[in-house]
Amino acid sequence: MSPSPLMALFSREIRVARRLGGGSTMGIIFFLILVTIVPFAIGPDLNLLSRIGPAILWIAALLATLLGLDRLFQADHEDGSLDLMLTSDTPLELIVLVKCLAHWVVTGLPLVIAAPLFGLMLALDPQALWAVTLSLLAGTPALALLGAIGAALTVTLRRGGLLMAILILPLAIPVLIFGVSAASASLSATTPFWPPFLILCALTLATLAAAPFAVAAALRHMSE
Amino acid sequence: MWKYANPTFFLPLVAKLLPWLTGATVIAFAIGIWGAFFSAPADYQQGETVRIMYIHVPAAWLSMFCYATMTASALGTLVWRHPLADAAQKAAAPIGAAFTFICLVTGSLWGKPMWGTWWVWDARLTSVLVLFVIYLGLIALWQTIEDPGRAARGAAILTLVGVVNLPIIKFSVDWWNTLHQPASVFRMGGPTIAPSMLWPLLVMGMAFTLLFTTLHLMATRNEILRRRLRRLSIMAASGDTHAQPTHRLTMTGGVE
Repeated sequence: MSPSPLMALFSREIRVARRLGGGSTMGIIFFLILVTIVPFAIGPDLNLLSRIGPAILWIAALLATLLGLDRLFQADHEDGSLDLMLTSDTPLELIVLVKCLAHWVVTGLPLVIAAPLFGLMLALDPQALWAVTLSLLAGTPALALLGAIGAALTVTLRRGGLLMAILILPLAIPVLIFGVSAASASLSATTPFWPPFLILCALTLATLAAAPFAVAAALRHMSE
Repeated sequence: MWKYANPTFFLPLVAKLLPWLTGATVIAFAIGIWGAFFSAPADYQQGETVRIMYIHVPAAWLSMFCYATMTASALGTLVWRHPLADAAQKAAAPIGAAFTFICLVTGSLWGKPMWGTWWVWDARLTSVLVLFVIYLGLIALWQTIEDPGRAARGAAILTLVGVVNLPIIKFSVDWWNTLHQPASVFRMGGPTIAPSMLWPLLVMGMAFTLLFTTLHLMATRNEILRRRLRRLSIMAASGDTHAQPTHRLTMTGGVE
């Protein structure tokens, strides 16, 4: 098995994402809007904002990951390319992994890159900026992979977006807990950065190992 | 065992078992409620509010037991594609959600006088709330996907993914320093709870388990009948006059 089909799939995913819906710009704009409306909701108190800033960024990332997730497999299901993937020689698990990776590169990675800038708007100090960015870098792949499970389960539903959110947000809670506690470690002297961060990395690695099988099983069962 | 897994044998078996199970449930509840509300002493610290425990703790056990049942059925669905497993899986979700809801509500009522708050975000409470949300998500999935066979397989995968929450609930009181008290019945070195309080709790646990078994069997039976109805109405709608209804009645399963 040569890696070239997977490379071709990866570049196809990136191309499709860029040409439809503006790719990653849309995600960043959504992220920016979420960060902008929070000070309106809770008041522009900079002390308060810098205290809850990491949590705001994490929730914004969680919601932004949901963007476009419902089309991850649905578009392929509609135009028939999912059938080709199901019948191809390349294992479906690897295909799923590549599709998730491409989805993360388009939606997750830009958020990680933009996080320090948006953190400045929430009056985070440099140390907290680093912590948030690192924790988002470690945690958003897990969010994308968990989201793929929901996307695969709702692949045949015409309006599965809301159901997908209901299905996967409970599963994302552990990632959120450890992501936020790693990100807000620098705010107080008592909470260390490394233990929650390493647990976050472990969660991402565990999802990386297990989620492709769940997604592939869901795709096989739901699209037959 | 496989013989009884066939819906044709399952339905008469359920019909035979149900009166006995219903009777046993009523008796167990009678003994348990008498024990919990009249025989068991009030706690020296908590007073009469400790009696909430006899509802709260069995409901919590059952909320997890129900998920375990659903997980076993999910394996039956995915591995053997057994229609009975599909029906058992679907029937368990609302019952499990109800037990989880009872557990959360009674825990909240108990927490107000004991902890001074209706709700705290500690690990045990949060993980049970997540279990409740997972149940609701599964019910939503069942209701959204029209084809029963496909819905069963989708729900089975989600059930297996969500099962990671069960050990988190069980061990949350050990892993984190929670406001919720640690395990006091099923623990290494025996229960730490007084025998006069333990036996009504165990009887109530048995009563809840019997109630779950009764409700689950009834709901599974209803689901099988519902599928037959669906199949018959599809056949009637497609004008399948060659079908022999008496023979087809023994079949289950959706349209693949």
